[in-house]
Amino acid sequence: MESINFLYELLGKNALTITLVVILPLGFVLIYALVAILAELKTSAWIQERLGPMRTGPWGILQPVAEVIKLIQKEDITPAKADKLLYNAAPFIVFTGAYSAFAVIPFSEYFAPSRIDLGLFYIFAVGSISALGIVMGGWASNNKYSMMGAMRSVAQLISYEVPAAIAILSIVVLTSTMNLQEINKLQTGWFWNWFLFGGPGTLAKWWIVPFTIILCMIYFIAALAETNRLPFDIPEGESELVAGFHTEYSGIKFAMFFFAEYAYMFVVAAILTTVFLGGWNSPFGNLMQGPGWGVFWFIFKGFSVVMVQIWIRWTLPRFRVDQLMYLGWKILLPISFVCFLIISLYVMLK
Amino acid sequence: MGELKRLDLEYNQLTSDKMRLNVGPQHPSTHGVLRLEVVVDGEIVTEVIPHLGYLHRSFEKYCEQMTYVQVIPYIDRMDYISAMNNEWVYVMGMEKLMGLKVSDKVEYIRVILAELNRIANHQIAVATFGLDAGAFTPFLYYFRDREHIIWVFEKLSGARLLYNYFRVGGLAADIYDGFKEDCLNIVKRVRKTNEELMDLLILNGIFIKRTANVGILPPDVAISYACSGPVLRGSGIKYDLRKDEPYSIYDRFDFDIPVGDGEVGVPGDCWNRNIVRVREMEQSCRIIEQALEQMDMEGDVKELVPRRVKPPAGEVYMRAENPKGDLGLYIVSDGTDKPERIKARGTSFVNLSVIPEISKGYMFADLILILGSIDIVLGEVDR
Amino acid sequence: MLTNEIFEKLKSEFGENILECNDQQPVDHFIVVKSEKLFEICHTLRDDDDFLFDYLMSLSGMDLNENLGVVYHLYSMKLKHKLVLKVMVPKTDPKTPSVERIWRTADWHEREAYDLMGIEFTGHHNLIRILCPYDWEGHPLRKDYQTPESYHGMKTSS
Repeated sequence: MESINFLYELLGKNALTITLVVILPLGFVLIYALVAILAELKTSAWIQERLGPMRTGPWGILQPVAEVIKLIQKEDITPAKADKLLYNAAPFIVFTGAYSAFAVIPFSEYFAPSRIDLGLFYIFAVGSISALGIVMGGWASNNKYSMMGAMRSVAQLISYEVPAAIAILSIVVLTSTMNLQEINKLQTGWFWNWFLFGGPGTLAKWWIVPFTIILCMIYFIAALAETNRLPFDIPEGESELVAGFHTEYSGIKFAMFFFAEYAYMFVVAAILTTVFLGGWNSPFGNLMQGPGWGVFWFIFKGFSVVMVQIWIRWTLPRFRVDQLMYLGWKILLPISFVCFLIISLYVMLK
Repeated sequence: MGELKRLDLEYNQLTSDKMRLNVGPQHPSTHGVLRLEVVVDGEIVTEVIPHLGYLHRSFEKYCEQMTYVQVIPYIDRMDYISAMNNEWVYVMGMEKLMGLKVSDKVEYIRVILAELNRIANHQIAVATFGLDAGAFTPFLYYFRDREHIIWVFEKLSGARLLYNYFRVGGLAADIYDGFKEDCLNIVKRVRKTNEELMDLLILNGIFIKRTANVGILPPDVAISYACSGPVLRGSGIKYDLRKDEPYSIYDRFDFDIPVGDGEVGVPGDCWNRNIVRVREMEQSCRIIEQALEQMDMEGDVKELVPRRVKPPAGEVYMRAENPKGDLGLYIVSDGTDKPERIKARGTSFVNLSVIPEISKGYMFADLILILGSIDIVLGEVDR
Repeated sequence: MLTNEIFEKLKSEFGENILECNDQQPVDHFIVVKSEKLFEICHTLRDDDDFLFDYLMSLSGMDLNENLGVVYHLYSMKLKHKLVLKVMVPKTDPKTPSVERIWRTADWHEREAYDLMGIEFTGHHNLIRILCPYDWEGHPLRKDYQTPESYHGMKTSS
């Protein structure tokens, strides 16, 4: 396999470049989170016929910066009866879980921080660490609301990890690789080579196209649930659980939870982009194709998915906890199994 | 009457420890400083004990030290979301006690203001109910429209929330030029937003899933608890004081009384209580249109206002259809210029008392929705 | 049904427990009854086919200087008529039967009357304060009530 990291190519593989490779996505996450927060503020304002923040900088574009500064300045409260160690560790574990996933995300043909053949497997594995952090935070806060939020969060994560994994596995059956970079390369060419539209292949692939579209939707719904976004934000469930698992958190630790949520939003968007939407490939064949354009296309597609998440959040009401379980186990799971079977059948007969 | 699904009965084979959860007085969804002590079995509510009084301001005690005119601002502060309606009940009661008959123009203005305030109140009620269900956007759509109603009130009375505009025998000031156009604009807006909100919120699949078949209040229980307003009508009982014992000039208008008919869910559930409010807004629009058409703009609204309000000894129980239900005021006069006793039968106070009865056996998230569907305002509960 | 007709019918059934019917008032007519048989009277008022008062609009405590009073405003959803019922209890022993089992809405109304007026409703399942704090002393709506100087060390007046 040819090299996949331009930094190693350029500077050679030494301690410095490895550190640089590790830090580069962090820089991206921080900038992305600020942009996403602004997008959330402005999109919600636009949907609700308001202006949104207008005072901080031109059109309020510095609002996220101001909010971060505010959160850092705020008093960091630890409840007297909290389990200090777990309470303080939880936000960092949540953020670590979200950030670890960036290790395998291919931003471009020539840049993916790490080359792991089991990339997809790895993402699902580390993605669950966030739930661990949420449970720790909820338990250690010594608050009944936090505890309920944490329990809901685990139940939700377990339920939705399964359909999400099946949806991705179906595509793995088509690609016969779990390496994200490889999956991207398979989709090179025009947009009908994306796995959303059945992947590369002859016209015989047309009859699996509806199923791959359904799989994409299943993954997207499950991803919404995994990131605790509306309509599945019951672990936070503002109207009943005050703020759910982060009720007691303030200041910088709250900001960590906040950042983790936005980072994880991008992680699921990146998986969706890579697996279904052609990753860093241009939709128009060789037009605007290349390593530089790759970064553009990847971030553009990923951010579009994030915008859809934001759009959904400001439109729909929230599910109830039992309805959420029902949707996960009794609707999404059977449908994803059927799609999985049909795609396996297609691969067998091919 | 539909399926009554009780989760606590369904899972009663499982035994588990119960947890006492303190909801409020500072909680985002108790609509004020209400405190509920909730016993939950996992997510399922087994008992609700309301604790009131966090906003108790001794309204009745204060009234005994005020003159009759000074009471009006205090009445505003009971149900502060529909202050015009509150004032109207008191003013009507006083007029009945003193045998005053106000002019037609005053009656028409009062009807228009009361109906506008009813729309404003229902907008807040439906908006916050959507907020309880997690839908944030409808909340701001309704607030955007409510602002136009508030502007009209502000132009009339100078205040945005607590108007002190009604007087015994008349009004504090005459209407301004362009009042009619403003009202017609509001009516147009309200209709347009309601149409939009039907798609966005009321008939949204998730919203129906959350609210239909939840918190069912059977009609006989509703009457026994003396519920009124949309809470009672949501259970399918056609009872509206504007029709049942028409006060003021309500017999001159043509309007319907919407009831919860079980179009979605069963009558008496949260969805039906909510849809009654949405449909009442439309009926209020109709009343406003008719009133504006029939109203005579000539005349003085202050000519009958007495210089000194001193009713004869006697007592009156006045009630009227407020947005939240019927507000009753029991006014006892001993012939001086200060009331002997004013007892307010707070609508929200009575409607809230049904909460422990109808929220048992539902999920904790449903409890919040049931509370939202009752539409309480704590100023009236605690007085 | 008018108040004096109801009065006649009640009189024939409960005799001297029904004290007087006031139809001289300029506005609302009312019936005064003795408190001993109040529960039975209310039961009749709710269930008798001529009355059917199924809706208790309001229940108010009153301070009448030497006595305390309770005023019941009743309404019938089916027959659309109203009735005002009054009961007097002496201030020294303010006890009257609870009607909570007849109209469930009376539960909170009676707690309020107990809280603010100090009227004790016998047979109420949970007669505790509702608006004032649970450890408040005295009954604020009585005419002879003295506002305490402080509550738990906090001054009550400025």
